[in-house]
Amino acid sequence: MRWGVLQFPGSCDERDALAACERSGAEARLVWHEERDLAGIDAIVVPGGFSYGDYLRAGAIARFSPAMEAVGEFAASGGPVLGICNGFQVLCEAGLLPGALLLNESMRFTCRQLDLVEESSIDAFAPEKGGQSIKRHLSIPAKHGEGRYYAPDDVLDTLEENGRVAYRYAPGQNPNGSARDIAGVRNEAGNVVGLMPHPEHAVDPLTGSTDGLRVFEAVAAAGVAA
Amino acid sequence: MAARARVLIRPKEGILDPQGKAVERALPALGFEGVEHVHVGRMVELDVEDPERLGELCEKLLANPLIEDYEIEQLDGAA
Repeated sequence: MRWGVLQFPGSCDERDALAACERSGAEARLVWHEERDLAGIDAIVVPGGFSYGDYLRAGAIARFSPAMEAVGEFAASGGPVLGICNGFQVLCEAGLLPGALLLNESMRFTCRQLDLVEESSIDAFAPEKGGQSIKRHLSIPAKHGEGRYYAPDDVLDTLEENGRVAYRYAPGQNPNGSARDIAGVRNEAGNVVGLMPHPEHAVDPLTGSTDGLRVFEAVAAAGVAA
Repeated sequence: MAARARVLIRPKEGILDPQGKAVERALPALGFEGVEHVHVGRMVELDVEDPERLGELCEKLLANPLIEDYEIEQLDGAA
């Protein structure tokens, strides 16, 4: 198992993401934004940061990079893709995930450890759970200024009906005004997952939680046979 | 010859616009009463060789049509 972690000018969490992939027992390498060749890579992280300075809108420019074109093809063929924070914004801008991330309701940059609830959809990533809803809580930090998840109501209804809300902020912990407390969603096939909080910063007991590893493992297992 | 254009981009109606709200709340403190429905957007000016393509350019990059409306104004005289 080998992860590829994209690196744009302005990415800043790609090295933590690499370390997280390795701690989950896999190999990992960086993929520069001008690279197009993903041969030998089994799963992709689109990491956090401020790709291309977040000019215009967060993620708007990054989606046109050669690496993102390759990720589009990789995702279409069923390869697992995890977008974290800015990476989630990029995947939404690229149309690989529904919705958009808007300025936090408070207008403040938020940085705090919070609880995420794994929704039932995540259990689809772990067949041994038998599809039961466990609603496990994960302690994971979030740090962003533009993380308010938005999609039109009919899109939100569809996401809920099809188990595509991957992660929700625990009750009372929504840090940004996201619709229906949504912290992360997945695509229809289930192999593309994006979330605002940072699982790659929760992989070492030293920093209080290793729950983030579970996110990497879940997405790695989410590949869809092409 | 390129044509000068201006694109105005604003949050879609009904989407919470915290920047607009903050400006609206700040105004009374400065003595500007009676100002409401403030929305903050973006303006992009550009010279374009083929004005026919402005719409496509807005849809693909300048605006995110899911969350933003845009208006294209064509101006006289390219820079």
